Amino acid sequence: MAGLVIIGIILFMLIAAPLITSYNPDTQNLNAILLSPSAHHWLGTDQEGRDTFSRLLYGGRTDLRIAFIAVLFPFALGTVLGSVAGYFGGWVDMLIMRLVDIVVAFPFFVLIIALVFVLGPGERSIYIAITLVGWVSYARIVRGEILVAKRQEYVLAAQSGGLSSMRIMARHLLPNVITQAIIYAMSDIVQDILAIVTLSYLGLGIQPPAPDWGTMISDGQNFLTTHWQLTTIPGLAVVVTGLGLSLIGDGLADLMRPGQS
Amino acid sequence: MTEPATTGPGGPLLIEPGMGMPLLQVNELHVRIGTRRGVVRAVDGVSLAVGAGEAVGVVGESGSGKSMMLRAIMGLLPPEAEITDGQVLLDGVDLTQLDNSQLNKLRGPRMAMIFQEPMSALNPVMRVGPQIAEGPLVHLGLGRAAAAQRALELMRRVGIPDPERRFRSFPHEFSGGMRQRVMIAIALSCEPQLILCDEPTTALDVTIQDQILRLLTRLCRESGTSLIFVTHDLPVVAQVCQRLAVMYAGRIVERGTVQEVLTQPCHPYTLGLVRSAPDVDHPRASLAAIPGSPPSLITPPSGCRFHPRCKFAEEDCTTDEPPLRVLRSGRATACLHYERTQDVQPLGAER
Repeated sequence: MAGLVIIGIILFMLIAAPLITSYNPDTQNLNAILLSPSAHHWLGTDQEGRDTFSRLLYGGRTDLRIAFIAVLFPFALGTVLGSVAGYFGGWVDMLIMRLVDIVVAFPFFVLIIALVFVLGPGERSIYIAITLVGWVSYARIVRGEILVAKRQEYVLAAQSGGLSSMRIMARHLLPNVITQAIIYAMSDIVQDILAIVTLSYLGLGIQPPAPDWGTMISDGQNFLTTHWQLTTIPGLAVVVTGLGLSLIGDGLADLMRPGQS
Repeated sequence: MTEPATTGPGGPLLIEPGMGMPLLQVNELHVRIGTRRGVVRAVDGVSLAVGAGEAVGVVGESGSGKSMMLRAIMGLLPPEAEITDGQVLLDGVDLTQLDNSQLNKLRGPRMAMIFQEPMSALNPVMRVGPQIAEGPLVHLGLGRAAAAQRALELMRRVGIPDPERRFRSFPHEFSGGMRQRVMIAIALSCEPQLILCDEPTTALDVTIQDQILRLLTRLCRESGTSLIFVTHDLPVVAQVCQRLAVMYAGRIVERGTVQEVLTQPCHPYTLGLVRSAPDVDHPRASLAAIPGSPPSLITPPSGCRFHPRCKFAEEDCTTDEPPLRVLRSGRATACLHYERTQDVQPLGAER
């Protein structure tokens, strides 16, 4: 519940950003650099004279949009590969699970950063990197669930009705096992947001001048002793968003676990 | 009175007189299951024939290989089990030689299966109507609307009240009997020639059981569908089937018409089964249990597999594997000394 309220407020503010703030996040005003918070600039301005509050909102738009899209690719890829591995078993399973092992052997962030570094900075690289690294968790979850579910009699019944393996997987097995993957996706978004912010902080993600929380934290660092809000506020935004999404994930898990229907 | 009963290594292949070419013919079927403790010979040389429109019962206790035989016929054995020998001829086509996609074309329109537990055999998160419509959609080439129409019609045929409303219900919203009606509708949905039933009424109340059996026999008679009816419930067999095969430890030990087998068992095991069934006319009579327990199918007993539990067993029963001998037309037993069973009156024979 609390998670829904937090995320609801954040999403509303991001979507309504043009109505809440009249400042363009990219417009520089060198006559008004590093201002402290005031009635005009609620969170002050940065070293280029851009309104921090406006950049916070528009930056959040970018980060959350990318995170919500980025979570879909590994979800889809992992679910498909996990179902195939679990349903068919044998060498297919071996092959897919060894791939999973290889990916899991590296720490998440190290692999993401390395991939984006190779692919070059930018939004597309973020999607590719998160997909290549993130699918393994979904594959493991879905495979495990399928292994249990395919022993159920309704699968045998579907097979005795002459349905193809594809159809049994898509229409009979997946609807029974997908909830676990969805619950995981909620917490995975948090990880994706962190990854995007981290990449941008390192200069590998969203490229300036586009606003983004990671770049803001990085830029504000130089003024930490005098203008702490430049770094702390976007940092807090990341924390609060992550907290809200995690709470939603937990709530969803509680809601879906006891009964399936 | 045509083809002679050829004798294979494990007994004669049963070709019933006057039946012509049977719809389904299982020849010398062997199914083995690999387990950690060894290879289980779940089905060990079973031959069975089912004519068009005929209902054949297969009885035997748990673990006698009945269900494995059904799954072998459907080509749906669990991954650790395999057919090591034998044929399953459906209309002359050997199903054991077909691959999965070829079998998929037969499962549904040619043969279907009904399971013991309708709750677990229905997909819990899929509405009942689409589950029934799925077969026609895939096999009969019907469009969505036509398949749904057919599902409604089937629901009406199996006696589900208010099908338009129930179409969108989930399986857990149905009672046990209604769920089994749904299963029957699914099995009938593509008008198969043969339906394999794996103890379809065991999980139901006796009154519901009777309704379901009547429904099933009526529908099969109407459409000329053949049945293989696996159960351990003798009265149920008597109600549904014309012929009966008794399975013990992966083999068929006796075969004949239901009437003959139940009133004059020619195998000590069948005799034991018949005598262990309760009798309405003598409610206080104590039931005669078969002593001992079913043998391990990893290391089955030598000779006749029933000899350790058989009160008629002789010296030769422990050494000689008894073949399934034809006594007269349609009647066969795998007992070396079946004459001895003839003197014993099976209690509760009048069924």
